[in-house]
Amino acid sequence: MSAAIKTKAIKSRKDLQNLREAMTKAYTSQTSKIIVCGGTGCVAGGSLKIYENLKAQMENNGLNVEVSLEKEPHDNSIGLKKSGCHGFCEMGPLVRIEPQGWLYTKVKVDDCNEIVEKTIKKGECVDRLAYRIGDEIYRKQEEIPFYKQQIRVVLEHCGKIDADSINEYIAIGGYEAFEKALFDMQPDDIVSEISLSMLRGRGGGGFPTGKKWEQVRRAKGERKYIVCNGDEGDPGAFMDRSIMEGDPHRMLEGMMIAGVAVGAQEGYIYVRAEYPLAVRRLMNAIAQAEELGLLGDDIMGSGFSFRIYIAKGAGAFVCGEGSALTASIEGKRGFPRVKPPRTTENGLFDSPTVLNNVETFATVSQIISKGAKWYLSIGTPTSPGTKAFALTGNITNTGLIEVPMGTTLRKIIFDIGGGMRGDGEFKAVQIGGPSGACLTKDHLDLPLDFDTLKKIGAMIGSGGLVVMDSHTCMVEVARFFMHFTQNESCGKCVPCREGTKRMLEILERIVEGNGNEGDIELLEELSDTISNTALCGLGKSAPNPVVSTISNFREEYETHVYEKKCPAGQCQKLKKIYIDPLTCKGCSACSRKCPVGAISGKIKEPFSIDLTKCIRCGSCIATCKFNAIKEV
Amino acid sequence: MPEAFDYSIVDEALAKCGAKQSSIIAILQTIQEHYHYLPEEVFPYLAAKLDMSEARIYSVATFYENFSLEKKGKYVIKFCDGTACHVRGSVPILERVRSELGVTAQKKTTDDQLFTIETVSCLGACGLAPVMTVNDEVHPAMTPDKAMEVIYSLKVKEDAR
Repeated sequence: MSAAIKTKAIKSRKDLQNLREAMTKAYTSQTSKIIVCGGTGCVAGGSLKIYENLKAQMENNGLNVEVSLEKEPHDNSIGLKKSGCHGFCEMGPLVRIEPQGWLYTKVKVDDCNEIVEKTIKKGECVDRLAYRIGDEIYRKQEEIPFYKQQIRVVLEHCGKIDADSINEYIAIGGYEAFEKALFDMQPDDIVSEISLSMLRGRGGGGFPTGKKWEQVRRAKGERKYIVCNGDEGDPGAFMDRSIMEGDPHRMLEGMMIAGVAVGAQEGYIYVRAEYPLAVRRLMNAIAQAEELGLLGDDIMGSGFSFRIYIAKGAGAFVCGEGSALTASIEGKRGFPRVKPPRTTENGLFDSPTVLNNVETFATVSQIISKGAKWYLSIGTPTSPGTKAFALTGNITNTGLIEVPMGTTLRKIIFDIGGGMRGDGEFKAVQIGGPSGACLTKDHLDLPLDFDTLKKIGAMIGSGGLVVMDSHTCMVEVARFFMHFTQNESCGKCVPCREGTKRMLEILERIVEGNGNEGDIELLEELSDTISNTALCGLGKSAPNPVVSTISNFREEYETHVYEKKCPAGQCQKLKKIYIDPLTCKGCSACSRKCPVGAISGKIKEPFSIDLTKCIRCGSCIATCKFNAIKEV
Repeated sequence: MPEAFDYSIVDEALAKCGAKQSSIIAILQTIQEHYHYLPEEVFPYLAAKLDMSEARIYSVATFYENFSLEKKGKYVIKFCDGTACHVRGSVPILERVRSELGVTAQKKTTDDQLFTIETVSCLGACGLAPVMTVNDEVHPAMTPDKAMEVIYSLKVKEDAR
């Protein structure tokens, strides 16, 4: 007999423990589960339709489907869940089968029938949906090379639990750390445990989290705030999005523990408006926690009160900067201000504020429950723990990964990432987004941690890794990032507002073939000035991509400036199109297609292109049947 | 006589977000969700209700990229211009769509008020690059042809109305 668990408000520690016991029983008794990825990537690939279709087919077959965890024990029912991002976005939509641990990749709605008939009814694997490399088949998710070499700490639940269910989170030990912090620890103990763990901020800078908490704990002020920075604006980064979508309760739990530690009563999560799914999941998670009584007044009779609010960003990259972010929550323009005073003394609403990134908060609960010592056993001595990276660009396995700090780029790119996509050779990887730098072949064996990267003038940043191959032009990459930062410059200080504009102009003229002698040196000079004089971190780091591409690929800049050529063949304006006279049959098809009349010649004799008229649109190349028109 | 502006949406937004100055961004977002832009009538009205200057509200509305003071088309199509999409060729898609619909970086909306073409900074769906969104629905792995196909099918749907 199964009975519905009555989920009433939790009024005491005992209530939470009872609920956990019941939920764990329900969770573990349900052995058969189908977990459909509900992350942004797979949803775009149609995973919600797959979910609905599986549900309908299972119901039509008279199978006992449970979409939520409410009963105990779950006799013979099959759980159907929507999880957060599994990370292997390249192979989506993904469906995980429990208890076997199989992972089905690139699933389509048409595959649902076979999944129900074979896997659910007979327990057989649908091999054609399993992941393969060549002839090798990898049925189990954990055996796939992409997953096998990762260590998932922060992302451990992403893709495994129902992201919309507080019950499921509680069933697997959720809010246990909060319970411990609230009843078994003194606020000072919590802070010292975090300090001991040497947890460093995952948002980029790597500032010790314990130190920050300590400062806020000691700061004088009637009101204190906990703010979570979910304004993940770096192009090519989506770690925080995946955590907010896939395991929202863990992040809330981290903020709640921070609240207990520093004596704050309110928390704010600042999320980008570009992440609608993350906003929805977080709102749902907050509502569930409030309903259960884990957020609100006098939580579990402890006397501690805490509430969390969501502030939606409105599209300003600069709001990822601490003081700009708090200004934005206050309803102002997102301008950074001069520091000191630091956010820890004078943050949100002029009060002492703990401002941490999503990944940092999501790490806290495990440090509290497993201890600092456990955390120190992962990663390197000065940068312990793991780091999530978003792997994108010209790489075979795009997706979200988590590895111990100190893992080499080579392992990430070639072992986990599966090497380069297409025929290009590895050229560089951009780390840390528009504030970061590019690393080259020479850096492949460096351990990735905060201090090693700082030494070579790069930074981990939020964790975006954009892999570039030999077809990518580094000057164009620098121009792209400068365009981004210039566009996002808030305009408050002159070095950033005017300096990035001038740098962008110079880069634009170089990629267009109008670079002058001295331009490279001028870029270097401007970079130096901006990084020394800009007001905030965004401005100070804006020249980084330019500085690092010049220092690593100076000859590529020089070829653009002096020879007016793009070695990678990417810069459109520098391309020269010519007709090979030996292959040309003189059919005139190209000259009729040319929109600007740049091609002329006599029928049955080789034609030629007037480069002063040619706009490099490439329509002649597409037209020629004899492949006589070429690009250099 | 010009038609009187109906403030009920604005009042709803004030009630939902709280009529305080710190909620101004949320209030403007709620209003924009309804109109797809910020009609100029809302500024003096909000200024009076929130006891703040029109200039300050305007300063917030112009600072943040997501707010628009211009009317948008029925379908707002956004092209991600993040690094991953850029590296995998988002620019040629955008150029093709703009030239076929007769819009530019400055004139974003088609004359028939059907489509608005915008670029957006990274959507975090890099695994699916290059991506395009139509009223926030994500379309993965775009090419110039696939993007035009989506747009034409919307056009056909509208013409059939």
